Amino acid sequence: MEALEKFRQETRAWLGENCPPSMRTPMTSEDETVWGGRNAKYANPEAKLWLDRMAERGWTAPTWPKAYGGGGLSKEENQVLQQEMRRIKARPPLSSFGIWMLGPALLEFANEEQKKEHLPRIVRGEIRWCQGYSEPGAGSDLAGLQTKCEDKGDHYLVNGQKIWTSYADKADWIFCLVRTDPTKKHDGISFLLFDMATPGVEARPISMISGASPFCETFFTDVKVPKGNLVGELNKGWTIAKRLLQHEREMISGMGLGGAGSGAGLGGLEQAAKDYYGEQNGRVASPSLRDHITRQKMDGKAFALTMQRSAEEAKAGQGPGAASSIFKYYGTELNKRRFELLLEIMGTKGLGWEGEGFTGDEITVTRSWLRSKGNSIEGGTSEVQLNVVSKRVLSLPD
Amino acid sequence: MALVLTEEQQLLRDTATQFFQERLPIANLRKLRDTKDATGFDRAIWKEMSDLGFAGIMISEKYGGTDFGPVGLGLVLEQAGRTLAASPLVSTVLLCGSAVQLAGNATQRQDILSAIAAGDRIMALALEEGPHHNPTRIATRAEASGQAFRISGKKTFVLDGHVADQLIVAARTSGNENDRAGITLFLVDPKSEGVKITRTLMVDSRNAADISFDNVSVPATAVLGSVDGGIDVLEQVLDIARIGISAEMLGLVQEVFDTTLAYLKERKQFGKVIGSFQALQHRMAVLFAEIELCRSVVLDALSALEARRNDVPLIASLAKARLSDTATLMTNEGLQMHGGMGMTDQFDVGLFMKRARVATASFGDGNFHRDRYASLEGY
Repeated sequence: MEALEKFRQETRAWLGENCPPSMRTPMTSEDETVWGGRNAKYANPEAKLWLDRMAERGWTAPTWPKAYGGGGLSKEENQVLQQEMRRIKARPPLSSFGIWMLGPALLEFANEEQKKEHLPRIVRGEIRWCQGYSEPGAGSDLAGLQTKCEDKGDHYLVNGQKIWTSYADKADWIFCLVRTDPTKKHDGISFLLFDMATPGVEARPISMISGASPFCETFFTDVKVPKGNLVGELNKGWTIAKRLLQHEREMISGMGLGGAGSGAGLGGLEQAAKDYYGEQNGRVASPSLRDHITRQKMDGKAFALTMQRSAEEAKAGQGPGAASSIFKYYGTELNKRRFELLLEIMGTKGLGWEGEGFTGDEITVTRSWLRSKGNSIEGGTSEVQLNVVSKRVLSLPD
Repeated sequence: MALVLTEEQQLLRDTATQFFQERLPIANLRKLRDTKDATGFDRAIWKEMSDLGFAGIMISEKYGGTDFGPVGLGLVLEQAGRTLAASPLVSTVLLCGSAVQLAGNATQRQDILSAIAAGDRIMALALEEGPHHNPTRIATRAEASGQAFRISGKKTFVLDGHVADQLIVAARTSGNENDRAGITLFLVDPKSEGVKITRTLMVDSRNAADISFDNVSVPATAVLGSVDGGIDVLEQVLDIARIGISAEMLGLVQEVFDTTLAYLKERKQFGKVIGSFQALQHRMAVLFAEIELCRSVVLDALSALEARRNDVPLIASLAKARLSDTATLMTNEGLQMHGGMGMTDQFDVGLFMKRARVATASFGDGNFHRDRYASLEGY
């Protein structure tokens, strides 16, 4: 306990000295998110400074081993670090699929050489990663993927197409599921890493309903990949893929609890309702809308309590309870409902696209409403999640 | 750490589980119903429950209670909900015991709390006057006359009112109907002149009564708490009852879920068990999620009571609204998935549905509590 308190004091002092003032203010747009990479862009030079200072200590990936550039912190120390960062409202120094998804998988499944090559560069934000999972013919049935990977003796040859590859047009490397045995389904998949600058790789952004293009179609034509880039055993990639999906689902399920673009700029649901709809005697003027808001708030609170309970159970050594199987489903559905409600509250002010007549916050909510529709599709649809609960938790038969 | 049970609490839960399954299974409720039992619960078993410490679970050891606290009581109620156990836990322990604990003077506490803990006294709170829960809509009047009060008015849906040894009556000593101020709680002997009690048979086969008071005289010593200041006590007591009934409903929905799931794995149509159909699987998965959220909310509400947190009113309304709505949903879905058999009296799902509706109407349904939640939150 004493050691932890000492760590807190040191951390607080270090953050006080090293977190630049502008990095303690809320981001005003998504463009300010720091993704790193070879072509990293910094809207603000202090963002680069903040990243470098944090990376130097390994605190962009606080719990990874020091040997691979991480912070080497215990869970408890990391909690302290996160608390102290929240205390001064510090921005995350780096947003990275490498840290959120690939890193944990490499730590578990990669060989020493691969860890040494990739992990430190992820920590420093030098390489930006993307995820090559879905294909036009393999969405919910991900294991049906067909991107072909052939053993050509001294290298692999990859041919095929991925879709919904987030930021493939901006990424430096890809972690990719490929088919190495066409005669089997789950047991014919391998996990491969390669450089997006390799000849034969092409990424084309897809225009989405929100007006943004964060996803790409990614084409591979005779892409030569060194054999050392295979992670784990040949044809055993599905195990790694599943583990990665867990990390992804956890990341997505937290969305229902608010965060960027959740309407925070409007002061929350009830304040927005008072502003856009009006109030009578301190109440939201529409009793029906007031009731909808309350249902939303109650469900949000109940969901947050369930995530808390699950964390407490895990801490008490009761393992990840059955409750965690509902997080992706419930969190994303809750988030979608929240945006529908915000839009109802804003009326025609929630239906602007761009330009005059709407505030930046309003446009952000509208665009985020459109974006939120994808929450219950990406990372396993709600229907797939319900299948998982039915089969694995409730043991209902096929 | 409030959402995970301690070892002691797990032990209590196991004791309660075993007790209700062995001593108060659903067959017990059927028997009370079919024999038109005049009491509506089994007094001998209530004595056993008291001996196990369930009656005195919120009462301090000084008065013979076990002082296990709200979380302990919630665990007992949850198990009671699984077998639809009829007992005076809500009327006597949650409502009246809490009221005396909170507002009683030394004499009242000594007399009443020890009698409750020992299982020797059944009590009932005479509060409601209309078909919807409304703790401030009180027209029943208590006029001061010398050293006494004279009570006149009509109460309805008084849980265990027809068998109570003692009543707590909410009456107006000043102000107008719907005023928060001016409500006073009185301890009233049901055998007093001018008290007329009519048992009302409810759909859940549990006990309630309509009670009228015609110029009923009570001494000044019968006042529980302060004159005109009853609402503060009442609201705290009601929140305890709301959370307690939510815990009971958690047991109820879990039981209906479990039995429905078992039925889906056994009933065959089209040559396969109906639980293999995705249309039913997804409905069960959605219900599973709803119930997981209910469990978190009830545990948090119980620990809020235990820790005397200042958000008790908010979390009580959250719990009662969510559990009421989920109990309605689960029993409707459970009945539908049992098909025609669900419509028969032979199957239990109908009994759970009936109890769910009465529990929902007790001390505010979802509509009442969403409205209250919004008001507490200032919108």
